Amino acid sequence: MGAQLRQLRRQIRSVKSTAKITRAQEMIATSRIVKAQQAVEASKPYADQITRALTALVSHHVGIDHPLLKEQPEDRRSAVLVITSDRGFCGAYNANVIREAEALMALLREQGREPVPYVIGNKGITWYKFRNRELAAEWQGLSDRPDFASAERVGRRLTEDFIKTDAEGGVGEIHVVYTEFVSMLTQQVQVRRLLPLEIEEATSDVVLPAYEFEPSAQAALDLLLPNYVESRIFHMLLQSAASFHASVRRAMKSATDNANELIGVYSRMANQARQAEITQEISEIVGGADALAESSAGSE
Amino acid sequence: MATLRVGLVSPEREIWSGEATMVVAQTIDGQLGILPGHAPVLGVLLDGSVVKVHPADGSPEIVAMVGSGFFSVASDEVSVLAEQAELGGEVDVEAAQQALQQALAGDGGDEQPSVAERRARARLRAAGLEA
Repeated sequence: MGAQLRQLRRQIRSVKSTAKITRAQEMIATSRIVKAQQAVEASKPYADQITRALTALVSHHVGIDHPLLKEQPEDRRSAVLVITSDRGFCGAYNANVIREAEALMALLREQGREPVPYVIGNKGITWYKFRNRELAAEWQGLSDRPDFASAERVGRRLTEDFIKTDAEGGVGEIHVVYTEFVSMLTQQVQVRRLLPLEIEEATSDVVLPAYEFEPSAQAALDLLLPNYVESRIFHMLLQSAASFHASVRRAMKSATDNANELIGVYSRMANQARQAEITQEISEIVGGADALAESSAGSE
Repeated sequence: MATLRVGLVSPEREIWSGEATMVVAQTIDGQLGILPGHAPVLGVLLDGSVVKVHPADGSPEIVAMVGSGFFSVASDEVSVLAEQAELGGEVDVEAAQQALQQALAGDGGDEQPSVAERRARARLRAAGLEA
């Protein structure tokens, strides 16, 4: 067998096994998107209820005061929470998030603030570490299937740092860069300011019930606000996880498609090489036979 | 007869929802029973307490352990939101008992029971055991 043909066959084999792997990854990701979406759905009642309770609380107590609601103009440091994934194989998912985060940090610097990165996910952590940037905090292992306990951990740390002043290593505001799951095909990187919370004046026809508070409005607010922040972070983690799996699916699908196309190209080349070899062998045999016949005719 | 629409939710999922005739929850100040027609209330739950729900269809009372959270009552709708919540039937009794032992061992003889201890006791109570 010719060297070229042998090499082509080897390449086909190797591309085929790669295609098998990417195809399997694609199917795993597809099933995980469904699970991630279910998790988003399951977290909705809590998020809705807490938003409603908070709205009711805020709208009935106009002059409410809480550290988490206060602008802190004297603090020049701004936290940027970047939500990336732990694993790769997901196309431009992490690159998009990091690009947005960098743009946000540049903007903050222009405004004379000092951005402080807080990073979730291995990919983001290595990106910043490789560039020798200092991270205020890093978390791993909560990008695939985030649970509320980890959202709570992140939320606690952020609210603690928010309440501290600059001198104590605290921050004046908190931004989050995460990926919103719009649909299977579209995921958008979003930049949101998490803290301080803004109270929006909304006029709606729905009259909220006049709640009594047990034991007091202040105690309820003290509990509700951190819980609300944690629930927002949990929501962002879930959205990011769903987007991550969707990106993996898309990346793996195009990898499988490309592999299949490559197999087609290589197969054609291999067929051509095989035919060329056969043609060459035939012409060698015919040529040899002719030469034999000529030499035997000449000797007579 | 009027009934309450009750939703018991944790951040990760809805634990239980349905119609009920009465809900008993424990706030920091003490127990609070809610019947249909109750005035709107927003209360802070005692971390590591038990919420009892009497379903309207006469099925046995539902007991759930709740961690830090709150409940709101408005126009016969009761929602209990807790960061940790577990139905009595789902409690892993052995694990809860172990957690209680650990909490007791770790307690340096404080007057106030620690949160971990209260939660472990609440889980056992929700499972129908005395603790």
